[in-house]
Amino acid sequence: MKTWAWRGSASQANFMPEQPIKTGFIHRQSAHCESGATSNLLRNCGLDISEALVFGIGSGLFFGYFPFIKIQNQPLITFRNAPGRILKNTAKRLGVRIESFKFKNPEKAMDALDDMLSKGIHVGLQAGVYWLPYFPPPLRFHFNAHTLVAYGMDGNDYLISDPVFDEPVICPRKDLMKARFAEGTFAPKGKMYYLAEIPKKINLPLAITKGIKETCRVMIKTPLPLIGVRGIRFLAKRIKEWPKKYGKRKASLYLGHIIRMQEEIGTGGGGFRLMYAAFLQEAADILKENHLSDMSKRMTGIGDKWREFALFGARICKGRSLDGDNYETLGNIMLDCAEAEYLLYKDLLEVIR
Amino acid sequence: MEKKDVPQDEGIYGQWHGVCYATDENEKYVLTRSSGWEPANTANRQAWEVIELEIAKISEKVKKGEISPIAYHMAKNLMDVKMLAKYTGLPRWRVKRHLKPQAFRRINHALLERYAKVFNIPVEELVRGA
Repeated sequence: MKTWAWRGSASQANFMPEQPIKTGFIHRQSAHCESGATSNLLRNCGLDISEALVFGIGSGLFFGYFPFIKIQNQPLITFRNAPGRILKNTAKRLGVRIESFKFKNPEKAMDALDDMLSKGIHVGLQAGVYWLPYFPPPLRFHFNAHTLVAYGMDGNDYLISDPVFDEPVICPRKDLMKARFAEGTFAPKGKMYYLAEIPKKINLPLAITKGIKETCRVMIKTPLPLIGVRGIRFLAKRIKEWPKKYGKRKASLYLGHIIRMQEEIGTGGGGFRLMYAAFLQEAADILKENHLSDMSKRMTGIGDKWREFALFGARICKGRSLDGDNYETLGNIMLDCAEAEYLLYKDLLEVIR
Repeated sequence: MEKKDVPQDEGIYGQWHGVCYATDENEKYVLTRSSGWEPANTANRQAWEVIELEIAKISEKVKKGEISPIAYHMAKNLMDVKMLAKYTGLPRWRVKRHLKPQAFRRINHALLERYAKVFNIPVEELVRGA
């Protein structure tokens, strides 16, 4: 047993879970990393819960516009809740116990990971995508809240199930170490975790209800103008002023940034709205609640509307906008999304009560 | 989005695919692979164009001797002074100073190695610059 400098609960010196030694790992590709990794970890422990269900139970759907937090010189715009929240919420609502560790020393962090893997434990890791060699170069930005699962070793290489990739991949030790100790916003500090205890019985309907309730509350009841539906409205109004305020070039860059946050790898389309529609559809089956099917259809419509926003927006970025594609129209599309979402969350709260 | 409308516009994923949530003919949601979507590709390209322009500008400056090679590698690795300081474990003012050619020439080998390690390159390449 190695001694580590982890910042976890001291009582967990021996964290060998009652999992059988496993060599393989069932990898299922997902749209989003955190919900996908959580779903894959659960599935490999015998709890078959889809990515969409994890996303819904973990209250992943969100909107936030934080101009004062900068990532790669661009304001933070997010369509999902804070990194780590989906895992935390899901675990809490399903009664799964998670052990998680952070490290100061990279070598010790890697030794700890090796130790876990040698016991056949599947380990969730937070990593910065910039240092992951298997990532396609166009996506290698300094984004530090990526989640992946390490499930084995092959010499000095790690066998990685990165949820957003088609197949499991391989990552050399030195690269993984760098990725685990990436610096900047959301620095992972070597964060790793595993599912320590899976309950024999779970209350799925209750977990789903709780997940939906939190999402609705956050989206329509947060008393801050930058979060939830109010945040969407706020940004929509700002967009209309961009060309005057920043000029054509800069406005186009900001717009491109929104499109990237909304559509680039990991959202499943329409800034997670389509994934949430899939969740509502599954929830309708589980809760036997027909209203939820209607809600799912409405959410699909909203997701498609967001896609429309990206489509028009990209035409402006390209300088090939058609008649009527301008920032005013774009702002209005986003306002439409905000209104439709507002009504949906309100109705959802009624249905789920 | 319907399954048949899931876009397959190659661009940023290379050999890989993304996954889209789309409905099938029975309006049931299914995970569908996608090679990419043109609007997302456009936005991604635009972001890289800005970065490449910036790198080219700095590269010129390095050639003229106005700024040290560290500035070039910093830009190439999409870092700023704050981030590079974190990675090297140096205070920000020192990193800032090392961006000046005069200060860069006086950096000792051990420190050069520290920078080179952050950028994943040999020291020779770091010194050579752009």
